[in-house]
Amino acid sequence: MSVVDVREAITQAHHEEWARLVAALTRRFGDLDIAEEAAAEAFAAAVERWPADGVPPNPGAWLTTTANRKAIDRIRRENKRDDKQKEAQMLYDDDPPEPLDAIDDERLRLIFTCCHPALAMETRVALTLRMVGGLTVPEIARAFLVQEATMGRRITRAKAKIKAARIPYRVPSAEDLPARVSGVLAVLFLVFNEGYLATGPDTDPVRHDLTAEAIRLTRLIRALMPEDGEVAGLLALMLLTEARRTARVSASGELVALDEQDRGAWDAALVAEGHRLVRERLAAGVAPGRYQILAAINAVHTSARDVRDTDWSQVVALYDQLVRLDPSPIIALNRAVAVAELDGPEVALAALDRLEDTLAGYHAYHATRADLLRRLGCTQKARAAYDKAIELAGNTAETAYLTRRRDQLG
Amino acid sequence: MQYLVSVIDDKTGSATPTEMAAINAFNDRLEAGGHWVFAGGLGSPSTATVIDNRSGEALFTDGPFLETKEYIAGFWIIEAPDLDVALKLAAEGSKACNRKVEVRPFL
Repeated sequence: MSVVDVREAITQAHHEEWARLVAALTRRFGDLDIAEEAAAEAFAAAVERWPADGVPPNPGAWLTTTANRKAIDRIRRENKRDDKQKEAQMLYDDDPPEPLDAIDDERLRLIFTCCHPALAMETRVALTLRMVGGLTVPEIARAFLVQEATMGRRITRAKAKIKAARIPYRVPSAEDLPARVSGVLAVLFLVFNEGYLATGPDTDPVRHDLTAEAIRLTRLIRALMPEDGEVAGLLALMLLTEARRTARVSASGELVALDEQDRGAWDAALVAEGHRLVRERLAAGVAPGRYQILAAINAVHTSARDVRDTDWSQVVALYDQLVRLDPSPIIALNRAVAVAELDGPEVALAALDRLEDTLAGYHAYHATRADLLRRLGCTQKARAAYDKAIELAGNTAETAYLTRRRDQLG
Repeated sequence: MQYLVSVIDDKTGSATPTEMAAINAFNDRLEAGGHWVFAGGLGSPSTATVIDNRSGEALFTDGPFLETKEYIAGFWIIEAPDLDVALKLAAEGSKACNRKVEVRPFL
């Protein structure tokens, strides 16, 4: 087996096994810190051993065994006040692998703990990406536009609080579930977005594992809470976005914008499922939350067979509804993109100018500005905006796309 | 597992008769549920004395060690299996005494 094959096997195992491993270790040892460290050490051991020994026939089982051993080693090292009985129990705990359903629940348990309301929202997202998503601290720091050291401290503090304040490791009771779910949805949406627009020079432009994981977990929550409109809305939003995944990156690894995508390459089954969910929510007759509105916007896009058939007035109306719920600058930026189609690039550019203070560090702001300036024939300004966007963009496909658009300015 | 539930206020002993009745009813519920450990109201920070005997010669200073606008006006110590239960009880306590409260675990 070549070095590349082994590296791929490790990457794949990481994507498939990380959350399961952390969740099972947390259950067994009752400590997120030990679970995270042992999982990380197990993968480090795989990186060291698999190239020489070969990839084990069941990588998940190998990692589980290794991680358990690492965790026990650490507990032994730290726990000189030896609780011998407990240690013996851990050593001889050779339970057969749990059935799939139980493992799914285990991950859900991990999610609800990471998304506990006693933790700040930014902490919940960071912790979930680390513990459930298996992202590294630098990846998470980049997703949040904060320094690595800051992000590291945030995660460390969160784990310490969970332990000291005894935040429980369980799925909330039915009565608490609705209140706990919205925090989880925000986290899953962020995981999805990190997958959809993955960052890092050596990272695939789209990390299907993360988008798939976000969708899988959102489906799981929908199964638990079929009446919750926002759960349905988020699932629809993810499906309608995921449906365009393959059309969104060209064979040469370049981002393909919505208006240039081959709409025949969209996943028709995912589009149909997303549209079904959006219709279900419309029929419910309840005022929609932000995910339902975002899903509806995506339903409008995916209903148009050709970009010229897009009902832009509907898109702008939905964004107006969304701005009332969530007056964030990112929503205002996306609204401006739709406004450019409806009212022209000058109007959109004026709207963008008002966002400069808050979004000057965000690549999409400069990319949008560059495109509007290009359409208005302001070549010099467009080039400067593309330069800024390229400098800030972390996604390889996006960088390639922006570079081409800049170089085509002439 | 025990938690300190601090009552945050900018004055002390200021509970109205209605609030006192609600606090008593809440205390009864704590006892009935096996959550009660201890509770009490505190005098104002201006009645505090700071003692430093680290050098072996006790030094007394009039007043609180930290001047803040809001401070701990009273507290509960509750017994709860985990933070979810503690937060629920603290939410009830906040409602009963009609003040903000802070939950902190004992080590």
